[in-house]
Amino acid sequence: MAKIELVGLGHKYPGNADYSLQPQTMTWQDGGAYALLGPSGCGKTTLLNIISGLLIPSEGQVLFDGCDVTRLPTEQRNIAQVFQFPVIYDTMTVFDNLAFPLRNRKLREPEVKSRVQEIAEILDLTGDLKRRAAGLSAEEKQIISLGRGLVRKDVAAVLFDEPLTVIDPHVKWLLRRQLKRIHQQLKLSLIYVTHDQIEALTFADQVVVMYEGQVVQMGTPQDLFETPAHTFVGHFIGSPGMNLLPCQLEGQSIRLGTQTLPIDSALAGKLASIGQPLTLGIRPEFIQLAEDGPTLDAEVLRLEDLGTVKLLTAQLAGQTIKIKLGEHASVNSDRVRLGFTPARTMFYADGRRVA
Amino acid sequence: MKPINNKAWLLVLPVVLCVAFSAVIPLMTVVNYSVQDILSPEQKVFVGTEWFKTVLRDPELHGALLRQIIFSATVLAIEIPLGIMLALALPAAGWRSSLALVLLAMPLLIPQNVVGTIWQIYGRTDIGLGGVALHALGTEYNYASNSLHAWLTVVVMDVWHWTPLIALLAFAGLRAIPEAYYQAARIDGASRWAVFRYIQLPKMRGVLLIGLLLRFMDSFMIYTEPFVLTGGGPGNATTFLSQYLTQKAVGQFDLGPAAAFSLVYFLIILLACFVFYTLLQQSQSADQKG
Repeated sequence: MAKIELVGLGHKYPGNADYSLQPQTMTWQDGGAYALLGPSGCGKTTLLNIISGLLIPSEGQVLFDGCDVTRLPTEQRNIAQVFQFPVIYDTMTVFDNLAFPLRNRKLREPEVKSRVQEIAEILDLTGDLKRRAAGLSAEEKQIISLGRGLVRKDVAAVLFDEPLTVIDPHVKWLLRRQLKRIHQQLKLSLIYVTHDQIEALTFADQVVVMYEGQVVQMGTPQDLFETPAHTFVGHFIGSPGMNLLPCQLEGQSIRLGTQTLPIDSALAGKLASIGQPLTLGIRPEFIQLAEDGPTLDAEVLRLEDLGTVKLLTAQLAGQTIKIKLGEHASVNSDRVRLGFTPARTMFYADGRRVA
Repeated sequence: MKPINNKAWLLVLPVVLCVAFSAVIPLMTVVNYSVQDILSPEQKVFVGTEWFKTVLRDPELHGALLRQIIFSATVLAIEIPLGIMLALALPAAGWRSSLALVLLAMPLLIPQNVVGTIWQIYGRTDIGLGGVALHALGTEYNYASNSLHAWLTVVVMDVWHWTPLIALLAFAGLRAIPEAYYQAARIDGASRWAVFRYIQLPKMRGVLLIGLLLRFMDSFMIYTEPFVLTGGGPGNATTFLSQYLTQKAVGQFDLGPAAAFSLVYFLIILLACFVFYTLLQQSQSADQKG
């Protein structure tokens, strides 16, 4: 296990003018469970393959515990990776599949045996060890792929590239829990690539959100929810995502269309120094129906009952806005007055959070 | 109960007629010949299994069968590993790959008798490039008088002609392996040999079995190339089954024994194909069951 540092790391694929991965610097702590979250094509897999050494970056460095491994081939890095589709060695038994990475590294056979037994125990494969791997189901094959990733003791990190794509939804949930348990048991560093926010938020201590080849935020699930650092994070995390409303600063208040919302003077001062078009961001969870205090007037479009919550869609200053209301809330007129929780009201300029 | 519609027979009739005229009647004629001694079209004597007994005891036939088996085994043992090696060495993509594939496929496009002629001339010690070169190197190479040299030439010719087929099949099998397998193998620290043994070879097994079957049947029926190249000689050193059969049927006009022999030949090939087919089926169901 090791601390992984990326220093000024960026990558352009040959013949491509644009960066697939924007140059960036970041640190992945030893023993952490990280999720790398982002839409398809945002550079997640590129980043993962650079860490594992399947891809040599066009610039920057990868350090494992301070050691530069940027140009070291995969087999010489202590790294394990599990792929989107199960990779198993058809002609081998389950045992031999799990033993393969160890035997390739010339581990002594008794050691191989005890290590494989241990992993088989954790993954509930003990009964299947003598079976031929070719006849297993997709889930079982993927569990074996996971096992091959976990079986080596000395790995700096185990990387998962959307490993649960081929798994049935109900098994997915079980496997994720199992992974989390394994992480706590073995204290491995795990990096888990996914485009599914639920998967990321339930699995990881730290979620790294990527967007257009760039890491836009690294934080706990709570950070991502409460203080998104980028409009993309606000929009991508949460269901429905954050409301994003273009606005202007006007002295001590914010103008949204024809209405104004007063803000405190420190914030106003901060926003005044930006000098760029501003966007107000607020999550549907942090808007209430209000009678007094500073409120904004909105036109009701529809109210949907989602069981435990009610989702109100309204129009405010020409923008559609979503509001999550309690189960018993009711809206009787076609206009509502909305109160924004000041501490949860964010401001963005050019996508990035400024206040 | 379903009403029986006899019109269906009418619809099948054209196919039945075609097959009858092209396969069933000729085959029955052969069966007919094999149990009779035909002195002239008017004079026929029923001889029962006499011809079969003669044929099965014929030492020349035993020799031809033995040579046939050795020939098929030799070319398979060379062509399959060589074809796999070629496929592994081929560039995976780009114009180099296309060029290599086209060059490789070239021998497959040449008709058998032309292949025979090419090698017949190539091996000649007076005007052939190969023959002259071997002589210049100080060997006594002469495929027309030395049995071993004749054998070597026939085998090399077959390898030259048919290894590309195995190479193309193996290449197709290799291209069907997803990139993730190679990546996983690198992560697992697999050696080049382990990648071949545990990923490439198992994934190529299906196409290789088909290649094996095709090459076995083809080599077991080989006729034209050795006929053009060596004429079966020297002596009958390179006379294989089909050439021996032709000699009997067309050369000596021994229709009875030739007919009995072709039925035996047919049964041998049928048996071999059945064994292959069964093995193929077994390995496939083993794949599914695990």
